[in-house]
Amino acid sequence: MTVLELIIEVASWILILSGSFFVIVGALGTLRFPDFWSRLHAASITDSAGMILLMVGMGLQAGFTLILVKLFIIGVFLFITGPTATHAVANAALVSGLRPREAEGLHGAEPEPKPKTNP
Amino acid sequence: MRTLLTATILLGLWLLMSGIYEPLIIGFGVGSVLIVIGITKRMDAIDDDRIDVRLKPVAFVGYILWLLVEIAKANLAVTRLILAPKMQLRQHLFPVRYTQDSDLGQVIFANSITLTPGTISVECEPGHFLVHAVDYSADDNLALADMDRRVTRVEFQGQS
Repeated sequence: MTVLELIIEVASWILILSGSFFVIVGALGTLRFPDFWSRLHAASITDSAGMILLMVGMGLQAGFTLILVKLFIIGVFLFITGPTATHAVANAALVSGLRPREAEGLHGAEPEPKPKTNP
Repeated sequence: MRTLLTATILLGLWLLMSGIYEPLIIGFGVGSVLIVIGITKRMDAIDDDRIDVRLKPVAFVGYILWLLVEIAKANLAVTRLILAPKMQLRQHLFPVRYTQDSDLGQVIFANSITLTPGTISVECEPGHFLVHAVDYSADDNLALADMDRRVTRVEFQGQS
């Protein structure tokens, strides 16, 4: 094993382990946070930091192969679909009347009333 | 021309995904591409739907790199929030103005907001998004206005 291979190996394991750390932090936050809205934010840590670090770490393990291309494409897809899914869940909660518990001294914005039928 | 480009991209995707270069498998790939092209042609007769991509490629790559740094910072902030022994949350739902002309620009801005932990875009209304922050401070408005400017700069200016 050459020095370069060793460096890549160590770097990829650091990335994979720190990615796993963020996934666990995201899960812990989902448990610890008090209500629906804050839990969404904890879940988004898993989506962003955990996903990106794990993908880059696995990419370093794969090297310049077809697997790297596949990992990249998966990463791009998750980069787009992750926030879209989070937005869909949050929007559904807002539309069905759930409001976040505002901090003291703050007043939340209300969505504009929608017309009943689409024009 | 457009059909040829679609076929090339689809076939390229097949070759990258399969990784098996035998005549039979590649034949399946060509068949699939032809079927997809055929279906797309038929769909075009119903709705002539096109996505207008009005982005500056180089500026967009620069924006993605900037966004990755922002995501890293926001992740550390929320991680600190989660691991703190006593959780101090300041939840707030507030409007954020957007200045993008195209749908795609607005989608990029809204997704960037959601992608940075700590803020989630909840609702899209004319002229502004409703954004939920888990640890709201007055700086959030400035940071999001900055992000808004950067996304607008990536867009080509002009009527959408």
